Amino acid sequence: MIGIGKTAFGAFPDRDIRSLAVEAIGNAIEDSSVRPGRIEAFYLGNFAGPSFVGQNHLAPYIGMAAGLSPGIPCTRIEDACASSGSAFFHAWQSVAAGIYDVALVAGVEKMTSQPTPKVTEILAGAGDMSGEGLAGATFPALFAMIARRHMYQYGTTREHLAAVAVKNHANGAKNPLAHMRKVVTLEQVLAGKPIAEPLTLYDCSLVSDGAAALLLAPLDRAHEFTSRFVRVLGVAQTSDHVPLDQKDDITTFGAVRTAGEKAYAMAGLGPRDIELAELHDCFTIAEIVASEDLDFVAKGDGGPFAAAGCTAINGKIPINTSGGLKSKGHPVGATGVGQICDVVMQLRGDAGERQVARHRTGLAQNLGGSGATCVVTILGVR
Amino acid sequence: MSGLRDPGDGAVYTETVVWAPPQAYAADAPYQLAIVDLDAGNRLTGRIIDSRVRIGDRVRFFEYRNGVAYFRKS
Repeated sequence: MIGIGKTAFGAFPDRDIRSLAVEAIGNAIEDSSVRPGRIEAFYLGNFAGPSFVGQNHLAPYIGMAAGLSPGIPCTRIEDACASSGSAFFHAWQSVAAGIYDVALVAGVEKMTSQPTPKVTEILAGAGDMSGEGLAGATFPALFAMIARRHMYQYGTTREHLAAVAVKNHANGAKNPLAHMRKVVTLEQVLAGKPIAEPLTLYDCSLVSDGAAALLLAPLDRAHEFTSRFVRVLGVAQTSDHVPLDQKDDITTFGAVRTAGEKAYAMAGLGPRDIELAELHDCFTIAEIVASEDLDFVAKGDGGPFAAAGCTAINGKIPINTSGGLKSKGHPVGATGVGQICDVVMQLRGDAGERQVARHRTGLAQNLGGSGATCVVTILGVR
Repeated sequence: MSGLRDPGDGAVYTETVVWAPPQAYAADAPYQLAIVDLDAGNRLTGRIIDSRVRIGDRVRFFEYRNGVAYFRKS
Protein backbone atom coordinates (compact mmCIF):
# COMPACT_ATOMS: atom_id res chain seq x y z
CA MET A 1 0.00 0.00 0.00
CA ILE A 2 1.92 3.01 -1.26
CA GLY A 3 -0.64 5.80 -0.96
CA ILE A 4 -4.03 6.65 0.48
CA GLY A 5 -6.52 9.47 -0.10
CA LYS A 6 -9.97 10.33 1.18
CA THR A 7 -12.57 13.03 0.90
CA ALA A 8 -14.47 14.13 3.97
CA PHE A 9 -17.66 12.07 4.41
CA GLY A 10 -20.88 14.08 4.72
CA ALA A 11 -23.78 15.63 2.83
CA PHE A 12 -22.40 17.68 -0.05
CA PRO A 13 -25.26 19.01 -2.21
CA ASP A 14 -22.84 20.88 -4.50
CA ARG A 15 -20.60 17.89 -5.28
CA ASP A 16 -21.24 15.20 -7.91
CA ILE A 17 -20.10 11.57 -7.78
CA ARG A 18 -17.25 12.11 -10.24
CA SER A 19 -15.71 15.08 -8.44
CA LEU A 20 -15.75 13.22 -5.10
CA ALA A 21 -13.95 10.20 -6.58
CA VAL A 22 -11.45 12.36 -8.47
CA GLU A 23 -10.60 14.26 -5.28
CA ALA A 24 -9.87 11.05 -3.34
CA ILE A 25 -7.81 9.60 -6.21
CA GLY A 26 -5.85 12.86 -6.48
CA ASN A 27 -5.07 12.71 -2.76
CA ALA A 28 -3.85 9.10 -3.02
CA ILE A 29 -1.65 9.93 -6.04
CA GLU A 30 -0.17 12.91 -4.19
CA ASP A 31 0.41 10.78 -1.07
CA SER A 32 2.42 8.22 -3.05
CA SER A 33 4.07 10.51 -5.61
CA VAL A 34 3.13 8.03 -8.37
CA ARG A 35 2.57 9.66 -11.75
CA PRO A 36 -0.99 8.89 -13.00
CA GLY A 37 0.56 7.47 -16.18
CA ARG A 38 2.23 4.71 -14.11
CA ILE A 39 -1.13 3.31 -12.98
CA GLU A 40 -1.82 0.07 -14.87
CA ALA A 41 -5.33 -0.84 -13.69
CA PHE A 42 -8.25 0.85 -11.91
CA TYR A 43 -10.82 -0.99 -9.75
CA LEU A 44 -13.79 1.07 -8.56
CA GLY A 45 -16.19 0.00 -5.81
CA ASN A 46 -19.65 1.51 -6.12
CA PHE A 47 -22.96 0.09 -4.91
CA ALA A 48 -25.73 2.04 -6.60
CA GLY A 49 -24.54 5.02 -8.64
CA PRO A 50 -27.09 4.13 -11.34
CA SER A 51 -29.95 4.30 -8.78
CA PHE A 52 -28.70 7.19 -6.62
CA VAL A 53 -27.52 9.56 -9.36
CA GLY A 54 -28.53 7.91 -12.67
CA GLN A 55 -24.95 7.37 -13.83
CA ASN A 56 -23.68 4.05 -15.21
CA HIS A 57 -20.28 3.15 -16.70
CA LEU A 58 -18.63 4.77 -13.71
CA ALA A 59 -15.11 3.33 -13.82
CA PRO A 60 -13.90 4.87 -17.12
CA TYR A 61 -16.08 7.95 -16.42
CA ILE A 62 -14.11 8.57 -13.22
CA GLY A 63 -10.79 7.11 -14.35
CA MET A 64 -10.42 9.39 -17.36
CA ALA A 65 -11.45 12.45 -15.30
CA ALA A 66 -8.71 11.52 -12.81
CA GLY A 67 -6.08 11.57 -15.55
CA LEU A 68 -5.50 7.83 -15.89
CA SER A 69 -4.15 6.47 -19.16
CA PRO A 70 -6.89 5.48 -21.67
CA GLY A 71 -4.94 2.29 -22.39
CA ILE A 72 -5.70 0.59 -19.05
CA PRO A 73 -8.67 -1.47 -17.76
CA CYS A 74 -11.14 0.49 -15.60
CA THR A 75 -13.70 -1.77 -13.88
CA ARG A 76 -16.58 -1.14 -11.50
CA ILE A 77 -17.28 -3.79 -8.85
CA GLU A 78 -20.59 -4.07 -6.97
CA ASP A 79 -20.94 -6.21 -3.84
CA ALA A 80 -23.39 -4.06 -1.86
CA CYS A 81 -21.71 -2.35 1.12
CA ALA A 82 -18.58 -4.43 0.48
CA SER A 83 -18.15 -3.06 -3.06
CA SER A 84 -14.84 -1.32 -2.48
CA GLY A 85 -13.55 -4.05 -0.14
CA SER A 86 -14.18 -6.39 -3.05
CA ALA A 87 -12.50 -3.95 -5.48
CA PHE A 88 -9.49 -3.92 -3.14
CA PHE A 89 -9.39 -7.73 -2.99
CA HIS A 90 -9.42 -8.02 -6.79
CA ALA A 91 -6.76 -5.33 -7.23
CA TRP A 92 -4.58 -7.03 -4.61
CA GLN A 93 -4.93 -10.37 -6.44
CA SER A 94 -3.74 -8.79 -9.70
CA VAL A 95 -0.72 -7.15 -8.09
CA ALA A 96 0.14 -10.22 -5.99
CA ALA A 97 -0.08 -12.38 -9.13
CA GLY A 98 2.49 -10.14 -10.81
CA ILE A 99 0.11 -8.82 -13.47
CA TYR A 100 0.41 -5.14 -12.52
CA ASP A 101 3.06 -3.07 -10.75
CA VAL A 102 0.76 -0.19 -9.80
CA ALA A 103 -2.99 -0.62 -9.29
CA LEU A 104 -5.48 2.02 -8.16
CA VAL A 105 -8.52 1.15 -6.03
CA ALA A 106 -11.26 3.63 -5.20
CA GLY A 107 -14.74 3.59 -3.74
CA VAL A 108 -17.42 6.22 -4.07
CA GLU A 109 -21.09 6.81 -3.28
CA LYS A 110 -23.32 9.88 -3.64
CA MET A 111 -26.44 9.16 -1.55
CA THR A 112 -27.80 12.38 -0.09
CA SER A 113 -29.49 13.71 -3.23
CA GLN A 114 -32.36 11.22 -2.66
CA PRO A 115 -35.02 11.44 0.08
CA THR A 116 -34.66 8.94 2.95
CA PRO A 117 -37.52 6.56 1.92
CA LYS A 118 -35.98 6.30 -1.56
CA VAL A 119 -32.51 5.66 -0.05
CA THR A 120 -34.06 2.96 2.16
CA GLU A 121 -35.59 1.35 -0.93
CA ILE A 122 -32.33 1.43 -2.93
CA LEU A 123 -30.38 -0.05 0.01
CA ALA A 124 -32.99 -2.82 0.42
CA GLY A 125 -31.87 -4.00 -3.02
CA ALA A 126 -28.78 -5.48 -1.32
CA GLY A 127 -31.16 -8.06 0.16
CA ASP A 128 -33.48 -10.56 -1.53
CA MET A 129 -36.11 -8.42 -3.26
CA SER A 130 -38.27 -11.46 -4.11
CA GLY A 131 -38.54 -12.53 -0.46
CA GLU A 132 -37.54 -10.45 2.57
CA GLY A 133 -37.58 -7.22 0.53
CA LEU A 134 -41.10 -7.92 -0.76
CA ALA A 135 -42.27 -8.47 2.82
CA GLY A 136 -41.00 -5.00 3.75
CA ALA A 137 -37.65 -5.84 5.32
CA THR A 138 -35.46 -2.75 5.20
CA PHE A 139 -31.77 -3.08 6.14
CA PRO A 140 -32.42 -1.72 9.63
CA ALA A 141 -35.17 -4.38 9.91
CA LEU A 142 -32.80 -7.22 8.96
CA PHE A 143 -30.21 -6.09 11.53
CA ALA A 144 -32.97 -5.49 14.08
CA MET A 145 -33.95 -9.15 13.68
CA ILE A 146 -30.29 -10.13 14.17
CA ALA A 147 -30.20 -7.96 17.32
CA ARG A 148 -33.41 -9.51 18.71
CA ARG A 149 -32.05 -13.01 18.25
CA HIS A 150 -28.65 -12.07 19.71
CA MET A 151 -30.43 -10.62 22.76
CA TYR A 152 -32.54 -13.79 23.08
CA GLN A 153 -29.61 -16.22 22.77
CA TYR A 154 -26.89 -14.35 24.66
CA GLY A 155 -28.60 -11.82 26.92
CA THR A 156 -27.28 -8.83 24.97
CA THR A 157 -29.10 -5.69 26.15
CA ARG A 158 -30.34 -2.45 24.63
CA GLU A 159 -27.63 -0.67 26.69
CA HIS A 160 -24.89 -2.86 25.15
CA LEU A 161 -25.97 -1.76 21.66
CA ALA A 162 -26.09 1.88 22.77
CA ALA A 163 -22.54 1.66 24.16
CA VAL A 164 -21.25 1.01 20.64
CA ALA A 165 -22.97 4.16 19.33
CA VAL A 166 -21.68 6.28 22.23
CA LYS A 167 -18.10 5.03 21.74
CA ASN A 168 -18.11 5.51 17.95
CA HIS A 169 -19.55 9.02 18.21
CA ALA A 170 -16.89 9.92 20.79
CA ASN A 171 -14.21 8.78 18.32
CA GLY A 172 -15.82 10.41 15.28
CA ALA A 173 -16.13 13.73 17.10
CA LYS A 174 -12.31 13.85 16.96
CA ASN A 175 -12.05 12.90 13.27
CA PRO A 176 -11.88 15.97 10.99
CA LEU A 177 -13.15 13.91 8.02
CA ALA A 178 -16.19 12.45 9.87
CA HIS A 179 -19.77 13.18 8.81
CA MET A 180 -21.27 13.66 12.28
CA ARG A 181 -18.68 15.08 14.68
CA LYS A 182 -20.99 14.95 17.64
CA VAL A 183 -20.79 13.22 21.01
CA VAL A 184 -23.98 11.39 22.03
CA THR A 185 -25.02 10.07 25.44
CA LEU A 186 -26.43 6.69 26.40
CA GLU A 187 -29.73 8.39 27.29
CA GLN A 188 -29.96 10.03 23.84
CA VAL A 189 -29.40 6.72 22.07
CA LEU A 190 -32.00 4.89 24.20
CA ALA A 191 -34.56 7.67 23.64
CA GLY A 192 -33.86 7.84 19.89
CA LYS A 193 -36.61 7.64 17.31
CA PRO A 194 -37.52 3.97 16.65
CA ILE A 195 -36.40 2.73 13.21
CA ALA A 196 -36.88 -1.04 13.51
CA GLU A 197 -37.31 -2.35 17.06
CA PRO A 198 -35.07 -2.63 19.04
CA LEU A 199 -32.90 -0.29 16.91
CA THR A 200 -33.24 3.49 17.15
CA LEU A 201 -31.89 6.18 14.85
CA TYR A 202 -28.64 6.15 16.85
CA ASP A 203 -28.03 2.45 16.13
CA CYS A 204 -27.97 3.13 12.39
CA SER A 205 -25.04 4.35 10.29
CA LEU A 206 -25.34 7.56 8.31
CA VAL A 207 -26.46 8.23 4.75
CA SER A 208 -23.41 10.01 3.33
CA ASP A 209 -21.53 11.19 0.27
CA GLY A 210 -17.82 10.47 -0.01
CA ALA A 211 -14.92 8.71 -1.66
CA ALA A 212 -11.68 6.96 -0.72
CA ALA A 213 -8.75 5.68 -2.78
CA LEU A 214 -5.47 3.80 -2.41
CA LEU A 215 -2.56 2.58 -4.52
CA LEU A 216 -1.00 -0.87 -4.47
CA ALA A 217 2.43 -2.01 -5.66
CA PRO A 218 4.42 -5.25 -5.19
CA LEU A 219 6.32 -5.28 -1.90
CA ASP A 220 9.73 -5.38 -3.61
CA ARG A 221 8.97 -2.18 -5.53
CA ALA A 222 7.07 -0.21 -2.88
CA HIS A 223 10.22 1.67 -1.77
CA GLU A 224 10.47 3.23 -5.25
CA PHE A 225 7.33 5.24 -4.46
CA THR A 226 7.39 5.90 -0.72
CA SER A 227 9.27 5.08 2.45
CA ARG A 228 5.99 4.96 4.38
CA PHE A 229 4.38 1.93 2.72
CA VAL A 230 2.16 -0.44 4.66
CA ARG A 231 2.16 -4.19 4.01
CA VAL A 232 -0.89 -6.30 3.20
CA LEU A 233 -0.26 -9.25 5.54
CA GLY A 234 -3.47 -11.13 4.85
CA VAL A 235 -6.69 -10.60 2.90
CA ALA A 236 -9.72 -12.74 2.12
CA GLN A 237 -13.12 -12.32 0.51
CA THR A 238 -15.96 -14.74 1.28
CA SER A 239 -19.65 -15.14 0.53
CA ASP A 240 -22.88 -16.46 2.03
CA HIS A 241 -26.61 -16.58 1.22
CA VAL A 242 -28.20 -13.19 0.49
CA PRO A 243 -31.58 -13.81 2.24
CA LEU A 244 -31.27 -13.69 6.03
CA ASP A 245 -33.82 -16.51 6.45
CA GLN A 246 -31.49 -18.96 4.65
CA LYS A 247 -28.79 -18.71 7.34
CA ASP A 248 -28.84 -21.33 10.10
CA ASP A 249 -27.80 -18.98 12.89
CA ILE A 250 -28.24 -15.25 12.26
CA THR A 251 -26.30 -14.26 15.41
CA THR A 252 -23.08 -15.08 13.55
CA PHE A 253 -21.86 -14.00 10.11
CA GLY A 254 -20.37 -17.13 8.52
CA ALA A 255 -18.69 -15.01 5.84
CA VAL A 256 -16.92 -12.91 8.50
CA ARG A 257 -15.77 -15.93 10.47
CA THR A 258 -14.34 -17.61 7.34
CA ALA A 259 -12.75 -14.43 5.95
CA GLY A 260 -11.16 -13.81 9.35
CA GLU A 261 -9.79 -17.36 9.58
CA LYS A 262 -8.32 -17.14 6.06
CA ALA A 263 -6.79 -13.69 6.60
CA TYR A 264 -5.31 -14.67 9.99
CA ALA A 265 -3.82 -17.82 8.41
CA MET A 266 -2.32 -15.88 5.49
CA ALA A 267 -0.81 -13.31 7.87
CA GLY A 268 0.42 -15.97 10.28
CA LEU A 269 -1.28 -14.01 13.05
CA GLY A 270 -4.16 -14.46 15.46
CA PRO A 271 -6.74 -12.09 16.91
CA ARG A 272 -4.48 -11.32 19.92
CA ASP A 273 -1.85 -9.91 17.53
CA ILE A 274 -4.24 -7.28 16.13
CA GLU A 275 -3.72 -3.88 17.77
CA LEU A 276 -6.62 -1.94 16.22
CA ALA A 277 -9.56 -2.68 13.94
CA GLU A 278 -12.09 -0.94 11.74
CA LEU A 279 -15.23 -3.10 11.80
CA HIS A 280 -18.34 -2.70 9.64
CA ASP A 281 -20.76 -1.05 12.09
CA CYS A 282 -23.58 -0.40 9.63
CA PHE A 283 -25.68 -0.97 12.78
CA THR A 284 -24.44 -1.20 16.37
CA ILE A 285 -25.28 -4.92 16.52
CA ALA A 286 -23.09 -5.53 13.45
CA GLU A 287 -19.98 -4.31 15.29
CA ILE A 288 -20.79 -6.58 18.25
CA VAL A 289 -21.33 -9.64 16.03
CA ALA A 290 -18.17 -8.94 13.97
CA SER A 291 -16.04 -8.52 17.11
CA GLU A 292 -17.17 -12.03 18.11
CA ASP A 293 -16.80 -13.60 14.67
CA LEU A 294 -13.23 -12.28 14.38
CA ASP A 295 -12.47 -13.81 17.81
CA PHE A 296 -11.64 -10.57 19.61
CA VAL A 297 -14.12 -11.81 22.22
CA ALA A 298 -16.03 -15.06 22.80
CA LYS A 299 -19.36 -15.60 20.98
CA GLY A 300 -22.13 -13.83 22.84
CA ASP A 301 -19.83 -11.63 24.94
CA GLY A 302 -19.47 -8.79 22.42
CA GLY A 303 -22.10 -6.61 24.11
CA PRO A 304 -20.60 -6.59 27.63
CA PHE A 305 -17.11 -6.29 26.02
CA ALA A 306 -18.10 -3.03 24.29
CA ALA A 307 -20.01 -1.71 27.32
CA ALA A 308 -16.93 -2.29 29.52
CA GLY A 309 -14.81 -0.01 27.32
CA CYS A 310 -12.62 -2.81 25.91
CA THR A 311 -13.10 -1.47 22.37
CA ALA A 312 -12.39 2.20 23.15
CA ILE A 313 -9.25 3.97 21.88
CA ASN A 314 -7.43 3.11 25.12
CA GLY A 315 -9.12 -0.31 25.43
CA LYS A 316 -7.86 -3.86 24.93
CA ILE A 317 -8.63 -3.79 21.20
CA PRO A 318 -9.55 -0.32 19.87
CA ILE A 319 -12.42 -0.70 17.37
CA ASN A 320 -13.49 2.04 14.94
CA THR A 321 -11.15 4.78 16.12
CA SER A 322 -12.32 6.65 12.98
CA GLY A 323 -15.85 6.87 14.38
CA GLY A 324 -16.97 3.95 12.24
CA LEU A 325 -19.83 4.00 9.79
CA LYS A 326 -21.93 5.27 12.69
CA SER A 327 -20.23 8.66 13.06
CA LYS A 328 -17.67 8.91 10.25
CA GLY A 329 -20.44 8.12 7.76
CA HIS A 330 -21.33 5.29 5.37
CA PRO A 331 -21.12 6.28 1.70
CA VAL A 332 -21.74 2.62 0.88
CA GLY A 333 -19.37 2.12 -2.06
CA ALA A 334 -16.55 4.08 -0.38
CA THR A 335 -16.69 2.30 2.97
CA GLY A 336 -14.34 -0.67 2.37
CA VAL A 337 -11.45 1.40 1.02
CA GLY A 338 -12.20 4.11 3.58
CA GLN A 339 -11.76 1.59 6.42
CA ILE A 340 -8.40 0.46 4.99
CA CYS A 341 -7.26 4.09 4.70
CA ASP A 342 -8.22 4.64 8.36
CA VAL A 343 -6.19 1.59 9.46
CA VAL A 344 -3.22 2.82 7.38
CA MET A 345 -3.40 6.23 9.10
CA GLN A 346 -3.19 4.54 12.51
CA LEU A 347 -0.31 2.27 11.42
CA ARG A 348 1.65 5.27 10.14
CA GLY A 349 0.97 7.16 13.38
CA ASP A 350 -1.03 9.85 11.55
CA ALA A 351 -4.30 9.58 13.51
CA GLY A 352 -3.78 12.69 15.64
CA GLU A 353 -5.70 12.75 18.92
CA ARG A 354 -7.28 9.39 18.00
CA GLN A 355 -3.86 7.72 17.70
CA VAL A 356 -3.65 4.37 19.53
CA ALA A 357 -0.55 3.55 21.58
CA ARG A 358 0.41 0.28 19.84
CA HIS A 359 -0.01 0.40 16.06
CA ARG A 360 2.02 -2.22 14.22
CA THR A 361 -0.86 -4.44 13.06
CA GLY A 362 -4.42 -3.51 12.13
CA LEU A 363 -7.49 -5.18 10.63
CA ALA A 364 -10.35 -3.92 8.44
CA GLN A 365 -13.62 -5.83 8.02
CA ASN A 366 -16.08 -4.83 5.30
CA LEU A 367 -19.53 -6.46 5.14
CA GLY A 368 -22.01 -6.58 2.25
CA GLY A 369 -25.76 -6.85 2.82
CA SER A 370 -26.78 -8.86 5.86
CA GLY A 371 -23.57 -10.88 5.58
CA ALA A 372 -23.51 -12.24 2.01
CA THR A 373 -20.09 -10.71 1.25
CA CYS A 374 -17.19 -10.10 3.59
CA VAL A 375 -13.67 -8.82 3.02
CA VAL A 376 -11.13 -8.96 5.86
CA THR A 377 -7.76 -7.25 5.40
CA ILE A 378 -4.83 -7.40 7.84
CA LEU A 379 -2.20 -4.69 7.46
CA GLY A 380 1.13 -4.16 9.14
CA VAL A 381 4.28 -2.09 9.33
CA ARG A 382 7.72 -3.45 10.08
CA MET B 1 -52.96 -16.71 -4.68
CA SER B 2 -52.24 -19.46 -7.21
CA GLY B 3 -48.72 -20.86 -7.38
CA LEU B 4 -47.89 -20.24 -3.72
CA ARG B 5 -48.14 -23.18 -1.34
CA ASP B 6 -49.57 -22.92 2.14
CA PRO B 7 -46.41 -22.78 4.31
CA GLY B 8 -48.31 -24.12 7.33
CA ASP B 9 -47.72 -23.12 10.94
CA GLY B 10 -44.53 -22.43 12.84
CA ALA B 11 -42.74 -20.56 15.62
CA VAL B 12 -41.18 -17.08 15.59
CA TYR B 13 -37.36 -17.35 15.16
CA THR B 14 -36.91 -13.56 15.30
CA GLU B 15 -38.98 -10.43 14.75
CA THR B 16 -38.97 -6.64 14.49
CA VAL B 17 -41.46 -3.79 14.19
CA VAL B 18 -40.59 -1.50 11.28
CA TRP B 19 -41.16 2.22 11.88
CA ALA B 20 -39.13 3.57 8.92
CA PRO B 21 -40.47 1.73 5.85
CA PRO B 22 -39.27 1.76 2.24
CA GLN B 23 -41.20 4.15 -0.01
CA ALA B 24 -43.54 1.45 -1.33
CA TYR B 25 -44.77 0.45 2.16
CA ALA B 26 -45.04 3.91 3.71
CA ALA B 27 -48.77 3.45 4.40
CA ASP B 28 -48.25 0.14 6.28
CA ALA B 29 -45.88 1.38 9.03
CA PRO B 30 -45.50 0.45 11.79
CA TYR B 31 -45.69 -3.22 10.81
CA GLN B 32 -44.23 -6.38 12.35
CA LEU B 33 -41.97 -8.68 10.36
CA ALA B 34 -40.83 -12.11 11.48
CA ILE B 35 -38.66 -14.97 10.32
CA VAL B 36 -40.79 -18.03 11.04
CA ASP B 37 -39.38 -21.50 11.75
CA LEU B 38 -41.97 -23.51 9.84
CA ASP B 39 -43.08 -26.89 11.14
CA ALA B 40 -42.22 -28.15 7.61
CA GLY B 41 -38.55 -27.50 8.44
CA ASN B 42 -37.59 -24.37 6.49
CA ARG B 43 -37.75 -20.67 7.37
CA LEU B 44 -39.82 -17.91 5.83
CA THR B 45 -39.83 -14.13 6.24
CA GLY B 46 -43.36 -12.78 6.51
CA ARG B 47 -45.63 -10.22 8.11
CA ILE B 48 -47.49 -10.57 11.39
CA ILE B 49 -51.07 -9.31 11.66
CA ASP B 50 -53.25 -8.54 14.66
CA SER B 51 -51.41 -8.84 17.97
CA ARG B 52 -47.61 -8.56 18.24
CA VAL B 53 -45.50 -11.70 18.67
CA ARG B 54 -42.20 -12.49 20.43
CA ILE B 55 -39.45 -15.03 19.75
CA GLY B 56 -40.79 -18.53 20.43
CA ASP B 57 -44.47 -17.67 19.94
CA ARG B 58 -46.49 -20.08 17.81
CA VAL B 59 -47.94 -18.53 14.66
CA ARG B 60 -50.50 -19.73 12.11
CA PHE B 61 -50.39 -18.95 8.40
CA PHE B 62 -53.28 -16.64 7.45
CA GLU B 63 -52.94 -15.75 3.74
CA TYR B 64 -50.71 -14.45 0.96
CA ARG B 65 -51.02 -10.81 -0.05
CA ASN B 66 -49.04 -9.73 -3.12
CA GLY B 67 -46.73 -12.72 -2.69
CA VAL B 68 -46.03 -12.07 1.01
CA ALA B 69 -47.02 -14.62 3.68
CA TYR B 70 -49.07 -13.20 6.56
CA PHE B 71 -49.11 -15.00 9.92
CA ARG B 72 -51.03 -14.45 13.14
CA LYS B 73 -50.43 -15.57 16.70
CA SER B 74 -52.03 -18.96 17.40
